[in-house]
Amino acid sequence: MSISVLLSIIVTSLATYLSRFLGVLSSLRIKESSKIFRWFNCLAYATLAALIARTIIFPVGALTDASYLSRLIVILLSLGIFFITKKNFVYPTIFSAISIGIVNNFF
Amino acid sequence: MIKKEFFLKGYKSILKPDSPAIALACCFVAIGALLKNVGFNIQESVLSTLLIYALPGSLVMAESILIGASLISIFFAVWFVNARLYPMAVSLFPLMMDDSQPKWKYYLSCHFIAVSAWLIMKSNYETIEKKDRVDFWIGIGSATLSVSVLATILGFYIADYLNKDMLMGLAILNPIYFTCMMVGAMKTLQITLSVTLGAIMGPIFYFFSPEWSIILGGVVGGSIAYLFGEKNVN
Repeated sequence: MSISVLLSIIVTSLATYLSRFLGVLSSLRIKESSKIFRWFNCLAYATLAALIARTIIFPVGALTDASYLSRLIVILLSLGIFFITKKNFVYPTIFSAISIGIVNNFF
Repeated sequence: MIKKEFFLKGYKSILKPDSPAIALACCFVAIGALLKNVGFNIQESVLSTLLIYALPGSLVMAESILIGASLISIFFAVWFVNARLYPMAVSLFPLMMDDSQPKWKYYLSCHFIAVSAWLIMKSNYETIEKKDRVDFWIGIGSATLSVSVLATILGFYIADYLNKDMLMGLAILNPIYFTCMMVGAMKTLQITLSVTLGAIMGPIFYFFSPEWSIILGGVVGGSIAYLFGEKNVN
């Protein structure tokens, strides 16, 4: 194992654990019935939604090869399948993986 | 110690038909392939998934190594991109805090906080008594982490056989899965607004500052949703 890669992994894991650990420390003093808990609940859902929207609209990595239009079409179709299948998570997910390459060839 | 019954119950939640196992595995297959292309060996790839276990953090690390960034800049870039784990912890751990449980369980098990485990716990915690929830959570986290490690190994070894369309398929699967899960979680006014506003504001803030966009979108969108929800419920 090269030292620089190992150090990068350790530094990355410490930076990641820090937010988790600080979250637990704060949780020791927060009651689940409190207003601050409800506020953080909203922050968590909104942050995740922001992250997911950014991944789709401004992707990094392999998704940059797919056009905007093809990403939009796949997400709308997947959501359609999600509702048709009575909110099944697996069908739209598998559909998206298979269809993105095909849709991207046309748009 | 950890109660086996609740640990196993949590562990088995990954086997449910609508579990995130497939989406999670596909992401880490992609990460395994990416790490191999960056020049990691198999031990380094496994170690990174075990210790980091947060996708955007791993992506930032890989990009930083490619451009030869310093350790300090890697630390801050990763801390930034993974800062979402803080509100996720604060909105989850109060649900399982119990005086009968030792604190070390909480300090260690916070490592499992990631979107998939968090969403499973959020939709199942009410079925478990509060004092046993942390054991249930450790079960869920161990299961999602095992899937991630196995998928990283698989991704590492099949990296050479993946073409552009396959990598694209692996990459879109995860956001689609989480979009569906978030839409499925929209059961109260506050959460519905949080998800909608976060999804709109994250990309808008991206035009002003790509690094800050997720945190800003989350804080602004989430706070508006909170205030609006509180006002309407009362």
